[in-house]
Amino acid sequence: MDATILGLLIADGITSGVIYGLLAITIVLVFTVTRVLFVPMGELLMYAPLTYALLVDHKLPGSVWLGAAFLAAWGVLDLLRGARRAPLLLFGGAGALLGAGIWAASTGSPILAWAMAVGVVVLMGVATYRVFFEPIPHASVLAYLILSLGLHFVLQGLGLVFFGPEQYRLPPLLPGEVQLGSVPLPKQNFAVYALALAWVLALYGFFSRSLYGKALLACAINRRGARLTGISTREAGRVAFTLASLISALGGMLLAPLTNAAYFMGFIPSLKGFVAAVLGGLVSYPLAAVGALLVGTLEAFSAFYASAYKEALVFAFLLPILFVQSLRTLEIGGGEE
Amino acid sequence: MIRWILLALAFALIPVLPPFYLTLLNFMAIGAVVTLGLYLLTGLAGMSSFGQAAFMGLAAYTAAITTTRWGWSPWMGLLLALVLCGLAAVVLGSVTVRLKGHYLPLATIAWQMALSILMGNLVSITGGHGGISEIPALSLGPLSLRDPMWFGFLSLGCAVLLAWGCAQLTSSRMGRALRAVRGDGVVAASFGVNLPLVRLQVFVLAALFAGLAGWLHAHFLRFVNPQPFGLEASMRYVIMAVAGGVDRIPGIFLGTGLLTLLGSWLQDLLPVLFGRTAQYEVIAYGLILAGILILAPRGLWPFLEAHLPPRRQILSQGRPLPPPPIPIPRSEVLLEVRELTKNFGGLVAVNGISFVVRRGEVVGLIGPNGAGKTTCFNLITGLYTPTRGEVWFAGHRISGRPPFAVHPLGIARTFQQPHLFGELTVLENVALGTYSRTRSGMLACLVGWDKLRGEEQASMAEAYRALERVGLTHLAQEKAGKLPLAQQRLLEIARALASSPQLLLLDEPAAGLRAREKRELAQLLRRLAEGGTSILIVDHDMDLIMGLVDRVVVMHYGEKLAEGAPEGVQQNPQVLEAYLGVSVEAAG
Repeated sequence: MDATILGLLIADGITSGVIYGLLAITIVLVFTVTRVLFVPMGELLMYAPLTYALLVDHKLPGSVWLGAAFLAAWGVLDLLRGARRAPLLLFGGAGALLGAGIWAASTGSPILAWAMAVGVVVLMGVATYRVFFEPIPHASVLAYLILSLGLHFVLQGLGLVFFGPEQYRLPPLLPGEVQLGSVPLPKQNFAVYALALAWVLALYGFFSRSLYGKALLACAINRRGARLTGISTREAGRVAFTLASLISALGGMLLAPLTNAAYFMGFIPSLKGFVAAVLGGLVSYPLAAVGALLVGTLEAFSAFYASAYKEALVFAFLLPILFVQSLRTLEIGGGEE
Repeated sequence: MIRWILLALAFALIPVLPPFYLTLLNFMAIGAVVTLGLYLLTGLAGMSSFGQAAFMGLAAYTAAITTTRWGWSPWMGLLLALVLCGLAAVVLGSVTVRLKGHYLPLATIAWQMALSILMGNLVSITGGHGGISEIPALSLGPLSLRDPMWFGFLSLGCAVLLAWGCAQLTSSRMGRALRAVRGDGVVAASFGVNLPLVRLQVFVLAALFAGLAGWLHAHFLRFVNPQPFGLEASMRYVIMAVAGGVDRIPGIFLGTGLLTLLGSWLQDLLPVLFGRTAQYEVIAYGLILAGILILAPRGLWPFLEAHLPPRRQILSQGRPLPPPPIPIPRSEVLLEVRELTKNFGGLVAVNGISFVVRRGEVVGLIGPNGAGKTTCFNLITGLYTPTRGEVWFAGHRISGRPPFAVHPLGIARTFQQPHLFGELTVLENVALGTYSRTRSGMLACLVGWDKLRGEEQASMAEAYRALERVGLTHLAQEKAGKLPLAQQRLLEIARALASSPQLLLLDEPAAGLRAREKRELAQLLRRLAEGGTSILIVDHDMDLIMGLVDRVVVMHYGEKLAEGAPEGVQQNPQVLEAYLGVSVEAAG
């Protein structure tokens, strides 16, 4: 192996690692606040660039309809709970979303399409929480996980209906390449790296430094305790889902020029994001990010040496890591008081 | 009764079902064998696995390769398949059972992904995505099981037999241990359950169930390919179990049956309605699943069960367990604590404490809040490892041993905050106390051997007797979670008594009790001490303590402040200062 190949593999590994890392931090974010392991995050990540691709092609994608439907369902749920003003706003919002979608599709303007793509995904993310998870606040982690899997099936199935089986490649925001030694790197890569790093630092700071961040964490550790100290667990969940789907949407938009986008491409990265998140103990953003880079690099090298067994090798490498972790924690969990 | 009628009906239906539903029934039964494994793993022990389909695949490919290439008999193939599944599960399990929470699902996903890729890519061994065909049909003597009808009897028979085994296991000492592991590992360990070992055992057992299902699958379809053994299949089994109610055996069957049926109907129906352009069945499946979970987050069966009359278990009043031998005579030193110290980071919670408890003696451990009393208990029972110092019990050095190894020597404790299993009945909670006095292992419990030997009946009788001693028999059938705090404390004492301890550690047993209940508690403890049980008691009720104990040890900021007869300690100026916060002279 020469230096060029080595450099290419590392660059490739970092790029995939960043995808997994973005998904990992969204998984950690949502899990620490709501105890939901949100599997369909990968689908949300794919929905953003796919929505954009159809809009600039003057087509109204089904994801806009879905976003509007989710908002309407949210409105109906609030109506059933006896709210008066919020449902009207939500129904209005659903209408406005559709209108904006039609407008964006008719102009085909890339800027409008960008905004729509991100907006639709964020609304869908938070509405998913409101419609599916909020009604069962005391369910077990396992029940939430199964519910997430159900939503994953739904979103993936709908993805095929909305966008068809084709892969799309978006034009990069930053065209051109940089020559690093003998390794050519697309400039877009650096946009992605910067975004990922910014999110990791921001979330780390938000949860360890700010009072509001700590309040969100309190919801995950002890819901009743959080409520007694005046923290709304509902609101916290919505904030977590909003932030997470925003990270996913922006990540998806920046990554699609590098890796293509298709409806089926969300699940496996989600799974690897989960792997990275668990390597970070499901609580730490920096560790999850490091885990993700490790997974990405492992994958790039296994793809080079034995491409058919790429995934098998990546997952097989996990076992020794888990084994080392199991040696470290021998004591029986915790004590009293 | 209803269950048995339904069961008979299911078997009676086999000969009259049309071929399509016969195939479906076989799939349901094979699925139920897998999901019953999940009942043990998730429903009882609270662990989750996304690798059950991989174990199925390992067994199915073993069956295919041994019969088609090596010419083995299918039954030898089953044996090898189970051995391989067991070995894989031991390796995978021993890596993760010590870790908490999400590592097991992760490790199983990793194993699942790796194995499905191998199944698809090791073409020379597995035939790749084309799979292996022409697997011979099973035959029982002269009867060939090639016909799905006859195979249905085998697969449904397996499912029913395993369901019976799971029910046996649930109502056994291992079943209680597993549920204790899920509910509260600290309590489980404090009553003698070796957590990592029990977790590993149940993981292996679940893998063997999946292995059996994989073998049935291979000989039913007589063809294997990677697709039914992928991650999605593993997820579907978890989904079936959780949707039906993962901690109820009927729920397992309900979920598996319903979702298998649903999957098949959707696959046939939706393309007719919407055309074949997309996977509408997947969307509908996901939506229905979400609907089930929002309606019934604990699964469909618990939701339905709420409308059924509750089942009562028969109270066992048979012969209780034989009392354990008493190794050392009265008034000998039973427990000795030497220079015991525990640091938590910079905080010294217990600092150089020494005291002894003799056989039949009642010793009070008192001190202001935060003095280190509960930490002392945790050090004696093995929950914490001391920073320095030693604990000796009946001639054994017990400091450094894990709780599950300390308890069987004869130390039982209660917790300051009652640690009960709210979903179990009062009697079952107490029966956990008999865990270390009984022997039946996981397999013995699965086949009902413990009940045949009368050990389980003896456990329940012992538990009932312990309930009698604290006066809670009228509540034996209630769920423990419904009890008010005072009765929960008594229940904790009953659970400790059921283990027939030589030394009883009571952490604030009288808190929240009314005056009459306190008097009854004091009488009970006195009777126990007269019977030779030593008691170390922490409480803030000085009337209770001073009227009950032979000796008092006073702790303050982790150190021993005083020790002696109750009357003497009550006059000790240092003790008064610690409790009242002023020096006697200054107040004087």
